[in-house]
Amino acid sequence: MKYLLLSFALAFGFMSLTSKPAAPAQSGIKASITRGKQVYLQQCLACHQVDASGVPNMNPPLIKTKQVLGDKTALIKIVLNGLKGVDIDGDSYNGVMAPHPDLTDREIADVLTYVRNSFGNKASAVTAAQVKVVRAAN
Amino acid sequence: MKLIIGFLGLCLTSLVSNAQLKLPAGFKAVTVLSDFGSVRHIAVAPNGVVFIHLGRLKDGKGIYRLQDTNGDGKPDKIFAFGDFPGTGMAIRDGYLYASSDEEVFRYKLDADANVVNPGHPERIVTGLLARGEHQPKAITLDYSGNLYVNIGAYSNACQIDDRQKGSPGRMPCPILDSAGGIWQFRADVPNQTYGNDHDHRYATGLRNVVGLDWNRQTNSLFVMQHGRDQLSYLYPQYWNDKQSAELPAECMYELHKGSDCGYPYIFYDQFQHKQVLGPEYGGDGKKEPSEHYQDPILAFPGHLAPDGLLFYTGDQFPAKYKNGAFIAFHGSWNRAPEPQEGFYVVFAPFENGKPTGKWEIFADNFAGGPDKMSPSKAEHRPCGLAQGPDGSIYVTDDNRNGGVWKISYHK
Ligand code: HEC
Repeated sequence: MKYLLLSFALAFGFMSLTSKPAAPAQSGIKASITRGKQVYLQQCLACHQVDASGVPNMNPPLIKTKQVLGDKTALIKIVLNGLKGVDIDGDSYNGVMAPHPDLTDREIADVLTYVRNSFGNKASAVTAAQVKVVRAAN
Repeated sequence: MKLIIGFLGLCLTSLVSNAQLKLPAGFKAVTVLSDFGSVRHIAVAPNGVVFIHLGRLKDGKGIYRLQDTNGDGKPDKIFAFGDFPGTGMAIRDGYLYASSDEEVFRYKLDADANVVNPGHPERIVTGLLARGEHQPKAITLDYSGNLYVNIGAYSNACQIDDRQKGSPGRMPCPILDSAGGIWQFRADVPNQTYGNDHDHRYATGLRNVVGLDWNRQTNSLFVMQHGRDQLSYLYPQYWNDKQSAELPAECMYELHKGSDCGYPYIFYDQFQHKQVLGPEYGGDGKKEPSEHYQDPILAFPGHLAPDGLLFYTGDQFPAKYKNGAFIAFHGSWNRAPEPQEGFYVVFAPFENGKPTGKWEIFADNFAGGPDKMSPSKAEHRPCGLAQGPDGSIYVTDDNRNGGVWKISYHK
C-alpha cells in the first residue's frame, strides 16, 4: 500500500514536470524526499509540527494549502524570505516565519519536495536549479 | 424524529455533566456552552450573569452576555454585542471592561447586569501596539480604580531578526519602551494613550502575559509569563530538544510598580533554580547575568502557555483552595519534536499570600486523550478563568468550536 501511494506520488510529480528538461529521475525525487525530511526535522518542525498540522492561530499547517501546492516561485520565496501577516487559506496567523537564506539551493529544493509529497500533499518536485533562479532574482 | 431524540440526548448529556474533564473527587463540570466559538476571557457579574469575549467574531459580534433564567445551568437568554474580537474581559464597580488588540472599552451595567448602551462603549485606552506576535491585550483591575493591561513583546527574544538563527539580541531592547510589560491606566478616564513616556508603565521585562489577576489578600498584581521559544532550534550547541522542551520555566511573578522581570536579557532555569543570561545576549545556559532581575514566585515547566489566572476567594471549594491560584495552561506547541504538554487547569495553593511551592493538575483531559495532546488535535484548549458568585469556577475553551464549563464542588 505504502509503495502504491509512493509510486502514485512520484508519478504525479513526474507528470507535472515532464515539460521541464531539468526534471530529476524518479529515484532522484525519492532521494530528495528522504533528504528533505531531515531538513524539515531541523528547520521547520519546531513551528509547523511533526505532522505539519501547525498551531491554530499561530503557525499555519503545511497540508494542502494554496502556498504548498501552488506556484513554486512564491513557495521558494517564502522559505528564502520568511513570511508575516499574510492570511493562509482565509485564516490569519500571529506567528512569524523567519527567513532561511542560509539553506542551500539543494536543501530548499529537498525540503519543499518533501513537504509537497508528504502529509497528504501531492505536487511536483522542486529542483535546486529552480531555487537557484529564484534566489538570483530575489 | 430520531434526529430530535438524538439532539435531546446530546443536550441532556452536556447539561447533566461533562464526562471528559477529569477532576478531583467531589468536583463536577457542567457544560455551559459548547460548539460556540473561540472563547477567550470571561467575567461573571455579582448576580451570576456571564460575559465572554471571543477571539473571532460570531455573527458579527465579539462579546456575549449569557443568562440562565430558569436555573438549569444553561444560558437561555443570550445577547450579543461589541463588534470587535479580543481577549480581555473583566467586571468592576458596575462596568464591564473589554479589550480589542489595540484598545480597552467599558460598558455600563445596570443592577441586573444588563448592558446599558451596548452600541456605545466608553473608550478608556487607545493606541496600544499590536504587531501580530503576542498581540492580545489581557486586562485586570485593582480595587483602587486602576486598570492593568498586558502589552506583549512583538518578538521571541528581541533578536535583530526575530527567530532567525544567528541573529543577536538588540541591546538595549527597544521593544521595552512600548511593549513587553504591564501598563497601568485609570479605569474611569477616557481615551488614555501611552506613547513613549513611562508614566503608565507598571512593570517591564515580561515577554507576554495572558493570565493575570489582582490578589485581594496581598493587594498586589500577579501575572503568568509566557516564556521564550526555540532554545534548541536557535542554539543547538547549548540545548538539546529534550532540555528545550522544558526550558525556560513558565513563571508566576508578583508585581509592584517598577518591577523588572528581565526579558529579553535573561530567562529562569527551574532546574538550576536561577536566572541565566539569554543566548542572544551571550548566554550559554549557565552564565548568570551581571544584573539581577526580579525572581519568579513560582516556576512551572516550559511552554505550557498559561492563558488564565484566577485567585480563588470563594467558600464553596474545600478550605485548601481558598486564596490559592488556578492557572489555565492552554497547551504547548514549542516542545516538538518532544511530546506536547499542558491542556489542563492547575491549582497552586497559597499560604499567607505566598505560594507553598507545590502545585497539582486540577482539571485535566481538555485535549481528549493522549493521542490528541497537540495544539491542532486537542479537542479543547483551556484559556480563561472566572469565579461565580456561588463559588463555582468557569473555564473557557478558545478552540474555534470552543465553549464554557462551570466546575462546582459537591460534598
Ligand atoms: C519560527 C517558526 C517557523 C519556522 C521555523 C518555519 N515556519 Fe513556515 N510559517 C510560519 C508562520 C508563522 C507562517 C505564516 C506566516 C503568515 O501567515 O504570514 C508560515 C508559513 C509558511 C508557508 C506558507 C503557508 C502555508 O502554511 O502553506 C510555508 C509553505 C512554510 N511556512 C514552509 C516552511 C518550511 C518549509 C519551513 C522550514 C524550512 C518553515 N516554514 C519554517 C512559521 C515558521
